[in-house]
Amino acid sequence: MHWDIKTDRPIYTQLIEQIQLKICSGVYPPGSRLPSVRDLAREASVNPNTMQRALAELEEAGLLYTHRTSGRFVTEDTDMIKHVKNSLAEKHVQEFLKKMIELGFDSSEIMSIISEMMKREGDET
Amino acid sequence: MNNIILECRNLTKIFGTVKALDNVTLSIPRGKIVGLLGPNASGKTTFIKLCNQLLTPNEGEILIGGMKPGIETKKIVSYLPEKNYLNEWMKVSDIINLFSDFYADFNTEKAYDMLKNLDIRPKDKLKSMSKGTKEKVQLILVMSREAQLYLLDEPIGGVDPAARDYILDTILGNYNENATIIISTHIISDIEKILDEVIFIREGRIVLTNTVDEIREEYGKSVDSLFREVFKC
Repeated sequence: MHWDIKTDRPIYTQLIEQIQLKICSGVYPPGSRLPSVRDLAREASVNPNTMQRALAELEEAGLLYTHRTSGRFVTEDTDMIKHVKNSLAEKHVQEFLKKMIELGFDSSEIMSIISEMMKREGDET
Repeated sequence: MNNIILECRNLTKIFGTVKALDNVTLSIPRGKIVGLLGPNASGKTTFIKLCNQLLTPNEGEILIGGMKPGIETKKIVSYLPEKNYLNEWMKVSDIINLFSDFYADFNTEKAYDMLKNLDIRPKDKLKSMSKGTKEKVQLILVMSREAQLYLLDEPIGGVDPAARDYILDTILGNYNENATIIISTHIISDIEKILDEVIFIREGRIVLTNTVDEIREEYGKSVDSLFREVFKC
């Protein structure tokens, strides 16, 4: 599985985002067991302590939980996953809006660009 | 067990008129992967050789697991020198036998596993191998020990990027979480993701120590870019 680590930001925050993404997109379904820290670190080619830190923060936030004997699992709380999904969406849209405003578009122009593009995509599929 | 695996105080090594290491004080905990980063001739190899008792300091001291470098520390330190020191006429399987005789913590099964993953035949002699393959054999030998401290001097210097990835994967896959690995290198971009901490060394002095993520947070750039700035010619 692909892990994309950029060079300009802390690694653990990027790991948090990518695990959130994998949970939201169903790569790690609700209630499923995560691979071990070591395996995840190896898969992402990152330091195991850094991976551990990311998992600990996700656990703190409630998205993951640890079962004493059998490992670490994704929460079964689908509302919470939905909530994370929404906040990820908000973040992406915010970044998008920031760039569009930098380019000099106002709200109505942005809206019409989006609806135009979505229509075109719809036609193509 | 003490949480510090390697400690040095006021360590100084002089070659003629050159201070290869100048009053270095460091303490490195267990369970970390540490990058010892510096340009050529900054003192990286001198430091590692001092840790292995291949050199003796002019001033200061080193303690590994609380002991001065010597026979006892060699039992817990697995060392990858920058140069190939193995006998060319030996087969890989001979060298594995030698290592397992020599080191109580050598895991023969692990060594054969790694050889297999890299398509290296145990019956091949070293002299028939390319430089890159020899480097892989050396790394396999070093990582097959269940050591407390691994000192890897330029482990990725001579190999191509694909083999580099494999080597990093081998390091990640074969160390136990209570062991510490110190990797000396000047090739940082490929390696920084697997490091906890970095030590920048220049002209025998420590110029910076920090964790990779704190550097990224504080400077908004990778360790590699920071290194290029700090050591700009």
